[in-house]
Amino acid sequence: MIWNETMECMSREDMRKLQGIRLKKTVERVYHNCEPYRKRMQEKGITPTDIQTIDDIVKLPFTSKKDLRDYYPFGLLSSPMSEIVRLQASSGTTGKPIVVGYTRNDLNIWGEVGARCFTAYGLGKNDVVQVSYGYGLFTGGLGAHGAVETIGGAVIPMSSGNTEKQIMLMHDFGAVGLACTPSYALYLADALLDSGIPREEFKLKVGAFGAEPWTEGMRKELEEKLGIKAYDLYGLTEIIGPGVGHECQHQNGTHLCEDHFYPEIVHPETGEPVPPGEMGELVFSTITKDGMPLLRFRTRDLTSLDYSVCTCGRTSVRMGRILGRCDDMLIIRGVNVFPSQVESVICEIPQLEPHYLLIVDRINNLDTFEVQVEMKEDFYSDEVSKMLDLRKQIAHRLQNVLGISPDVKLVEPRSIERSQGKAKRVIDKRIFK
Amino acid sequence: MLIKQLSIFLENKKGRFTEVTNILGNAGINMTAFTVAENSDFGIVRLIVSDPEAARSVLREHRYAVSVTDVICLQTPNKPGSLAQVMTILMDAEVFIEYMYAFSSGNGALVIIRPDNLEKTMAVLSENKVELLASDELFAL
Repeated sequence: MIWNETMECMSREDMRKLQGIRLKKTVERVYHNCEPYRKRMQEKGITPTDIQTIDDIVKLPFTSKKDLRDYYPFGLLSSPMSEIVRLQASSGTTGKPIVVGYTRNDLNIWGEVGARCFTAYGLGKNDVVQVSYGYGLFTGGLGAHGAVETIGGAVIPMSSGNTEKQIMLMHDFGAVGLACTPSYALYLADALLDSGIPREEFKLKVGAFGAEPWTEGMRKELEEKLGIKAYDLYGLTEIIGPGVGHECQHQNGTHLCEDHFYPEIVHPETGEPVPPGEMGELVFSTITKDGMPLLRFRTRDLTSLDYSVCTCGRTSVRMGRILGRCDDMLIIRGVNVFPSQVESVICEIPQLEPHYLLIVDRINNLDTFEVQVEMKEDFYSDEVSKMLDLRKQIAHRLQNVLGISPDVKLVEPRSIERSQGKAKRVIDKRIFK
Repeated sequence: MLIKQLSIFLENKKGRFTEVTNILGNAGINMTAFTVAENSDFGIVRLIVSDPEAARSVLREHRYAVSVTDVICLQTPNKPGSLAQVMTILMDAEVFIEYMYAFSSGNGALVIIRPDNLEKTMAVLSENKVELLASDELFAL
């Protein structure tokens, strides 16, 4: 099923024309409404008149997560606050989150692209969909929510957690679709088995999974355990949230909604475009958003693009699996975590040495996240309660900054490896490839 | 009458306590008493040893986190109800006990106490004629 055939099956030539028109409009908008963009374009000696077709996009400067941080909270908005109707955020690198403002029109776009995703998964207005992404500042919950409402389906706004109730309502409300992170879906799969309710009493057919990297192996496991088709639901907070792209019934790449989000692949170091089909860093430009358009946003994700027509009939470009990151960002339980965030917290706690080790693993399908820290010698106490209080305090401060709660482990003095040069701060035992 | 107790932080890893006992043994340090307070990640070994300063420096050389705390050692008869008597004295004096451990042999029992207020505890116990041991007396046993 296709939600918007005009857009999703447009000829490549028409699509490029449309993208050019939309890019030009967006560039005009940011140039006249957002000072950081205007200044950067002027520094490069370009004005909106230099952007006539989509090919001209390479003339524009890049933007990065750092820009979102530097202009926190509202410096990159291109609409006045009177037109902003929603703020969402994801964790940033230094404790300040990354904030995105949406106008009513942006929310409509979000609903539109989300509708394309859920329609591609075979869901429609007759279906009940359980949204078990977290609701709140995180775009997952409200993004999937808006998508299901747009196709006219019935949303169960479950949010994450409370597993027993998840299973009960999935059963009692007859959920056909489940939207959540793939690791949480695996967790729910086990809970479903444990519930003892026979599988045939559930109507579940489709999973819309995203917000963290997952593998073909996980897909197979999810499909077998849950007896469903498991599809990728792709998105980034900075661009809009879930709905930037989706798989179709053929599960051979993630279709990008490129009439709204124009993708490029560039060399991670030089920033030069790579030949079509080759791997490189994914870069997005939003070409329809009003609230906070981003031009040439460096995602730091490594992948490739395939422009051939898909068996499903869509002409929209397909993104391959994300094969890694060109920075040190980790995605743990769907949350972006930078080692530097952990470092900033640890350096602020006087009892701790500035050394730490992050250990990430996936056990029983849930990400585990351990932070090992060393205390300064004088603070090792004879009292267990003092040490446990300190551990709790560290965990609390990390949770405030990271948005997820780590297991803090106090280790013996000098047991964390000191290295010259680049220290090994992260052990990620999860396998994504 | 205060006694120096060593506390060693140990991760819950195989062989850690064996290593500590080897280090102390090789340094000719004798242990009079010890106890381990543990949780899922780590343990704290509390030790009374013949030479606390020497033990501390040899353990520090081996990169252990060692702290030294003052504790009180009292002696009671090895009889039913004798510890209850001491505890009642401390409770009535509103002394809070962070932790304690004990061992008995023959007619006597020795109790090591870490109270929230050392001076007050010693005063209260002395007033009530509870026998306190100094470190040399303890090691002479």
